[in-house]
Amino acid sequence: MDFQTFGTVLLQVFVGGLSLGVLYAIIALGYTMVYGVLQLINFAHSEVFIAGGIVGFLVFDAVQASTMNGYLKLLLACIAAMAVSGLLNVVIERLAYRPLRGAQRLVPLITAIGVSLILQDLLRFLVGLRGQFDLSVPLPQGFSNPITSLLGINISLLNLQVKDLILIGVAAVMLIGLNLLVNRTQLGRAIRAVAHDRQTSGLMGIDANRIISLTFLIGGALGGLGGVMFAMKYQALNAYSGTLPGIKAFTAAVLGGIGSIPGAVLGGLVLGWLETLLGVISLFSSLPGLHWLGAIKAEYKDLGAFLALILILFLKPAGLLGRSAAEKV
Amino acid sequence: MTTLPANNPFRRGPQGADRTWPLLGYAAVTAALLIFLRGSITDGPARLLQPVLFGAFLLSLLFAYQWRAAPWAKTAVFALGIVFVLPFMGRDNTSYFDLVIQMLIFGALALGLNIVVGLAGLLDLGYIAFFAVGAYLWGVFGSPQFAEVSGNAAFATGINANFFWLFIPLGVIAAALVGVLIGLPVLKLKGDYLAIVTLGLGEVIRIFANNLDVTNGPQGIDAIESAPVPWLNSLAGSLGFSPDQYRLFFLYILVLVVVGIVILVNYRLDRSKIGRSWIAIREDEVAAQAMGVPLLRTKLLAFASGASFAGAMGVIFAAKQSFIDPKSFDYFQSIGVLSMVILGGMGNIAGVLLGAVVVTMLNLMVLPTISEVLQGSFPNINPNLDPSKYQRLIFGLVLVLMMLYRPEGLLPSARRQAEMHQDDDPPPDSLEADNALQSGTAEVLSPGFSTRGENERTGSER
Repeated sequence: MDFQTFGTVLLQVFVGGLSLGVLYAIIALGYTMVYGVLQLINFAHSEVFIAGGIVGFLVFDAVQASTMNGYLKLLLACIAAMAVSGLLNVVIERLAYRPLRGAQRLVPLITAIGVSLILQDLLRFLVGLRGQFDLSVPLPQGFSNPITSLLGINISLLNLQVKDLILIGVAAVMLIGLNLLVNRTQLGRAIRAVAHDRQTSGLMGIDANRIISLTFLIGGALGGLGGVMFAMKYQALNAYSGTLPGIKAFTAAVLGGIGSIPGAVLGGLVLGWLETLLGVISLFSSLPGLHWLGAIKAEYKDLGAFLALILILFLKPAGLLGRSAAEKV
Repeated sequence: MTTLPANNPFRRGPQGADRTWPLLGYAAVTAALLIFLRGSITDGPARLLQPVLFGAFLLSLLFAYQWRAAPWAKTAVFALGIVFVLPFMGRDNTSYFDLVIQMLIFGALALGLNIVVGLAGLLDLGYIAFFAVGAYLWGVFGSPQFAEVSGNAAFATGINANFFWLFIPLGVIAAALVGVLIGLPVLKLKGDYLAIVTLGLGEVIRIFANNLDVTNGPQGIDAIESAPVPWLNSLAGSLGFSPDQYRLFFLYILVLVVVGIVILVNYRLDRSKIGRSWIAIREDEVAAQAMGVPLLRTKLLAFASGASFAGAMGVIFAAKQSFIDPKSFDYFQSIGVLSMVILGGMGNIAGVLLGAVVVTMLNLMVLPTISEVLQGSFPNINPNLDPSKYQRLIFGLVLVLMMLYRPEGLLPSARRQAEMHQDDDPPPDSLEADNALQSGTAEVLSPGFSTRGENERTGSER
């Protein structure tokens, strides 16, 4: 491989990692919101997210034949998925987490794992009613077209598709919106207050349970949106395919510093780039002195996430942008 | 200082009336039913009786442990059940043998995880990785895979099968080492972070198993040997076992012995200084440290001892299955073992074993039987409704319902029960508490204010 292609590969890694990274970031925000408020790893978020993906699939499937504009179809899918996932998350919180307020920390965590398993099989059952296990998502026309030029620059080498651009655009809008919501609105202030000190915020007239429900609604809706993006990006999913991206998104949230919105984005991007790079790194083994890279198989890209997680937590236990909480004794 | 609820069916224990004869009667009836009906419940909807009868029989072992009865009666029920009834059923129908061995393997695994989660309070979601270490250790050496790896055709069936005995302690050592290696960087982390990192490490081991040449990747390793024990084989032969059952017979005895050792170790650890340090760490790290408990070393010890059980069982599991592949060691299996520990009762040896038996039986006997009966009666049924595909649902329900309604498990350890319910009743007056303990009633009311439920709206701590 010469250095010309080397550069192209790196650019591809950059773009591919960006679209993967923002996907992780969207999912990671759902974890971050819930963790920020309840200090709970909501394991069920991976299923809430994949439920959104399945709803997105159903919408795409239902409107496939119509002559509607592709972006309208996407919008419909997003709205439906956000509504379903948001409500699902609220119901989970109400039934499974709220009765456990004040229990030992491991108790809600184990409950969350249980909820995630239950949802996996329920989703499997619902999808199975269609007689399928794996769903392959039909996309509106044009979404998979390659983009050859952007702002007048020829980027045909980059292997970028319309859907990648949509994904990046949606993520950007969402991240800015969420940031404004949390930092600039009354609701955001209430959420921050509850996250900081539930009891005192109760004394200030904030109905903590309502705020927590709303947080789950927002987190779930973000998850649903992430699910549609996931369905759009990979065009294939099943009831269990939420687990791995869910774990990675959580890893991204921890990497960036859990509870921090910019942290989740940074963590997602770092993870996306790392993973994409590891996926193609064996290509570089033809460069002089780097032949040992050939031993790194593409499948090892999943290792990168976990090894990065361990390394970061070892060096910086609060994550890249996180602040360590003072320990209550 | 809380009295145990009087209506708990499992805590009759020593306080109850003497039940020697009910115990013997129950055990005799269930064993007899199981043995005499075994031929007539093999097909049609009657098959559903199989798990019922088998479960009822296994329950007699639990009763022998729980009920107050003469020691000779307890010993007799245990001994006859384990030495006579189970092997007899196994000889007749290998699937029973298989099931019981699997139960015991999972029981030992759950006891290992119980040390890590139940005693030391470290939530390990990658526990199955240690099991994989043991399984692949023997799997690679004790199978034709070794000829591939070493490039020496002389090892066409792996190394000498007698080395199996060496590999059980090697499995213990290897798993403990991996436990220490993994534990060193991550044990500084607290609860949730530790959970997610161990989950990741479990995945790492699975990805390696899936991609390395040594482990033969996703195809897995086939034809794994187990140790030859000629005298045991001739014993099995004289008891009427057929030669293809010798292996299971040997493994049954081996697993029984190993589980016995595991129980003993668990029991001793629970009552040792180390066991108390673990509990102290679980309850309050800072306080434990202040009292002179070395945090990292104690946690590492918990991690390594839990792992070592899994390593030994991994070696035996590989020998039993004679085939292993990465699917047996994924995250879902870790959760399965966790749900056994939680269902039975964290921190309680008998409870953990009960959890392992119940969950294994559900997965390997109850659900498949229901599936087969369903498919037999309704051949055109939607395969989507096959109950055996819904193991996750069951694990999930077990975890959620137990956490919501009975976090201390089916058979709580007395210590844990007191911890879990210390907030339910306000601390009683010392005088009244004494009375309560003597009279055995649970109703002890505090004269103080009850704040419970008052700040429901703020969602604050109970």
